[in-house]
Amino acid sequence: MNAAQPFAQLTNATALPWPQVPDLPVSRLLEATAAELDRGARLCAWFGVPEDGATRLAAVLAYDADNVLAVARSHPTSGSYPSLTPAHPQAHLFEREIWEQHGLKPEGHPWLKPMRALRGGAPANAEFFRVEGREVHEVAVGPVHAGVIEPGHFRFQCSGEEVLHLEIALGYQHRGIEGALAGGPHRATQVQVEAIAGDSTVGHATAFASAMEALGGGEAPLRAQWLRLIALELERLANHTGDIGALAGDVAFLPSASACGRIRGDLLNLTALVCGNRFGRGLVAPGGCRHDLDTARLAEIGERLDRALADAEQACTWLWDAASVRSRFESTGTVSSKQANDLGLVGLAARACGLVRDVRYDHAAGWHRFAQAPVAVWPSGDVFGRARVRWLEIQRSGQMVREQLAGPPEGGVRDAAPEAAPDMLAVALVEGWRGEICHVALTGPRGEIRRYKIVDPSFHNWMGLAMAMRGQAVSDFPICNKSFNLSYCGVDL
Amino acid sequence: MFVLDTLTHRLKRGCETMDYPKGAPAALPDRHGGSLRVESSKCAERCSECAGVCPTQAIMPRAQKGVTLDLGRCIFCAACVEACPEGAITQTGDHRMAARTRADLVLGEEGREEVRLAPALDAKLRSLLGRSLKLRVVSAGGCGAEEADLNVLGTIGWDIGRFGIQFVASPRHADGLVITGPVSRGMELALKKTWDAVPDPKIAIAVGSSAVSGVPFTGNPEVLAGASSVVPVDLYIPGWPPHPLTILDGLLRLLGRLGNDRFTPPARPPAA
Repeated sequence: MNAAQPFAQLTNATALPWPQVPDLPVSRLLEATAAELDRGARLCAWFGVPEDGATRLAAVLAYDADNVLAVARSHPTSGSYPSLTPAHPQAHLFEREIWEQHGLKPEGHPWLKPMRALRGGAPANAEFFRVEGREVHEVAVGPVHAGVIEPGHFRFQCSGEEVLHLEIALGYQHRGIEGALAGGPHRATQVQVEAIAGDSTVGHATAFASAMEALGGGEAPLRAQWLRLIALELERLANHTGDIGALAGDVAFLPSASACGRIRGDLLNLTALVCGNRFGRGLVAPGGCRHDLDTARLAEIGERLDRALADAEQACTWLWDAASVRSRFESTGTVSSKQANDLGLVGLAARACGLVRDVRYDHAAGWHRFAQAPVAVWPSGDVFGRARVRWLEIQRSGQMVREQLAGPPEGGVRDAAPEAAPDMLAVALVEGWRGEICHVALTGPRGEIRRYKIVDPSFHNWMGLAMAMRGQAVSDFPICNKSFNLSYCGVDL
Repeated sequence: MFVLDTLTHRLKRGCETMDYPKGAPAALPDRHGGSLRVESSKCAERCSECAGVCPTQAIMPRAQKGVTLDLGRCIFCAACVEACPEGAITQTGDHRMAARTRADLVLGEEGREEVRLAPALDAKLRSLLGRSLKLRVVSAGGCGAEEADLNVLGTIGWDIGRFGIQFVASPRHADGLVITGPVSRGMELALKKTWDAVPDPKIAIAVGSSAVSGVPFTGNPEVLAGASSVVPVDLYIPGWPPHPLTILDGLLRLLGRLGNDRFTPPARPPAA
């Protein structure tokens, strides 16, 4: 690791006094950020911090191989700055967001349009990219979709059946979560954080709790960190199993679809056994966890987990054995590892393109410092790869939870909620089941939240879905979409 | 060989659909706690400890003594249950909490300690929808949790198809809407258009405390105050999100397919 001087280094789930974050001229920050991205750093967050009527740009970079993060900020600025996106597509959505939130224009951004701004009871989508040609036609889908699923708009440019381009327009779910955090944390903050993305409740709640604990200069009791790991892996198990079932359903392979639907429920019920809520709500809070597991409950979770995993193995074996399934999954919706790297994909979508990228391994924090599973990687980049990585992770997470249930650390699970120190910047990354959840918290002079930035893994990954659809048939969209299964509300916030 | 294997395994598993509503429903997870009961008569004079800890401002002190708790704003965190020095707020373990009006979800007045459960639709609507209810789901700022537990109702364990209830792909095929989420302003137009596209007679069902009242986003300018901000709601199902059993109870109750069943607490008492 020899990150250049302009950046200050820190590790995951720690904090740094804001005055110690290097304060650079805008042009210097952009040069340095571009140079680091060229050297293989990854953009975790790129956002604005309002100050005296102007805006500071702030960058959080990850050096995965070196297990370290880096931060820097610009002098307050207004007007415009040269866009990073043309050379570094991973900055694409970040720069649109900065433009919308702070009016700071990225000069040279190739597709600058609103993300969440409203016009007449719907997002102000602006013009969509259009392909012209005699046989080119447009397919518009959403915001209300055919399934029981969140809203978003998809605009396909097609030549016959072939998709030339897909543009994804979100913003329908915007609930103002980041804005409401300013001046907080407020009484409803914890509950709002748990609803950033309902299927990633434990992931986001853990990132929030870790950030608040880092701001207070401490961490949760070890037993609480252990319990958070178990809850996080149970969340992963339930969602991965559900997704494999949904993928099976989309190719009309009903045995696995029915079985996985039920097993997913069994796994959600394990989380309910821990805290009463199937989605893990009310479990993780700054300072620790609100529930503990006694010996009897540990044993019951273990037994039921073993049964669920055995059932999942059976259901997945049917799937992998079926030639009809493999032929639909293989070479469908392929994203190359270069594309994945350029777009900054995270989580299972990145690992299914052969990228070894997993916060639990690269930036281990909490109990993941003491318990690790091998990173599950598959090189093919297609629907098969994304399904396969899910299955590998079911096996490995299942094994990890089993091991952890057998050896709980001593002690309590809850300390008093930490007091955030003034003028501190904390970064917390958590490997949610979709991928990297990033929370960046900055406090003001009284220790109140001055700026809170949330980056759901879907924020990085939606563009991956758009690229996966190029050259596919429109009819492959459902299966490609399922294979990513991204969150709408996680992006809309 | 492969087909035979699959079929054999499937046959071995037998029928995996639950007995309910013919048999007793499965107990809620013990730490879930179920619905709430609020007895203002037990409250101490001018005590409102519970209102101070409620993260969603579901609890309002009454003029003299006692409180009212709006289950439609409740996220079931049980902070009030722990905070109450008199034991005036208790968890009942009951999964049933669907009501026809918002007022029926407000607990705490004398004689109104618990939810007034939803009566069935009138005879005319019941004859139209009672055995075949097609619903279109609109997520309007929903976080995905309610949507997930609605999807669960379609799995083999719950199989709502056996009641003639089905989630359909188009509002044109639907008898009504299920709405989740607080109704983000970005979904206001889409929700209205979807509602207008459902042919009459039609019903609207708000699933989850967000859709019932807009919590926990109340006060954010980006959201409205739940489904009734845009459509007339016929059934409110609170929860964070509601357990699938709570949703199913609400749907069957509305269709008049549950008798005046009495709730027997589960064998295992809910733990604190």
